[in-house]
Amino acid sequence: MCGKGKSTYRNSDIMDTDNDIEQRTASYWRLFATFFKIGAFTFGGGWAMISIIEREIVDRYHWIEKDDFLDLLAIAQSLPGILAVNIATAVGDKLRGTSGSVVASLGTILPSFLIILAIAIFLTPEMIKNNRVISAIFMGIRPAVVALIIAPVLTSAKAAKLRWKTVWIPLVVALMISLDLGFVSNPILYILLGAAGGFLFWWLPRIKTSRNDKR
Amino acid sequence: MNIYLKLIWAYLKIGIFGFGGGYAMLSLVEKAVVEPGWISETTFTDIVAISQMTPGPIGINSATYIGYVAPGAVDPALASTGWGLLGSVLCTLAVTVPSFLLVLYASHFIRRHRESGSIKAIFNGLRPVVVGLIASAAIMLMNAANFNPNGIDSQLWINIGICAAAFCLAYFPIKYKEKKIRIHPILIIIMAGTAGYLLYGL
Repeated sequence: MCGKGKSTYRNSDIMDTDNDIEQRTASYWRLFATFFKIGAFTFGGGWAMISIIEREIVDRYHWIEKDDFLDLLAIAQSLPGILAVNIATAVGDKLRGTSGSVVASLGTILPSFLIILAIAIFLTPEMIKNNRVISAIFMGIRPAVVALIIAPVLTSAKAAKLRWKTVWIPLVVALMISLDLGFVSNPILYILLGAAGGFLFWWLPRIKTSRNDKR
Repeated sequence: MNIYLKLIWAYLKIGIFGFGGGYAMLSLVEKAVVEPGWISETTFTDIVAISQMTPGPIGINSATYIGYVAPGAVDPALASTGWGLLGSVLCTLAVTVPSFLLVLYASHFIRRHRESGSIKAIFNGLRPVVVGLIASAAIMLMNAANFNPNGIDSQLWINIGICAAAFCLAYFPIKYKEKKIRIHPILIIIMAGTAGYLLYGL
């Protein structure tokens, strides 16, 4: 705990007013409340959430230095799962150890859990189907949802900087998954293949050069 | 196998292999919960819409909603608030626990391998796959249940029109006073819902 707290208090000699020191103390309650607020007010998850987390944790409460935050973000991005929960876990762990990470991630999850639970209780699939007005509204919404997923296909394709050598990968992956062919339509297969492929492209040239170096 | 164990197993897999953000996760979710028949294709699409309109990550939202409705859909005896609540707690925990443990116990490992460049190489390999994953989610949702539920040609064309219009609003920024503005997904869903009400509900 002591070692983890050190970096947080690195500049305490120049920030010596009571107010600032109090701001830097991350009590479990403050940690929970901060992440609860982030979970309750950011729509869309992911990157929208990250910028708010940074503003609260780094700029507002000065719990973590910007560099340390970027390091945690890089770790959170390199691991699977929900990015906002990963970063909450990492921040909570850095500030208050394992119990801090439990508190921070519960805070992030709880608002959406409670909201969706309330919706699931009152807006059941049967109700969407049987209520004339609600069913009409959702009939209009469904094609738009498809459009909202097509848009990130194009943005992520641009960001991936696909070339002629790599553009076949998403095409094959999308085709195989959307066909219903059992094992070869399992998305997990392509995640594993992509990770293995990326690793081998990096690793094989390295063993070659290290062999040449030995000669 | 018990439906709750099946749900936990499905969401553990989604938590472990969920690379590339919420949209890429959707194809995993769809394969895991729509194909076994736990929820219908339209319910899945509705959950995505609800997730867009409520705060929080789409992975959590879908786990909570599907965990609530799936037990009752499989076994009518489990169609109660209590059994639904149990399902949503279990699914939400299952999707978050793997990465929670990885962040706590694998951060050191990741930090060490980031320097060597191997992590970056793995993500270079994953990036084109993620594009394919999102595309597959979109393709799987382009189905009759979403576009032509009643088998009426005119409805199909209206829905294709709604989809095309929504895509243009989501993808192309609007220029306003020299500023580029992107329309928020919530607004697009509200507009599509209004269109749905006016076209099909009156």
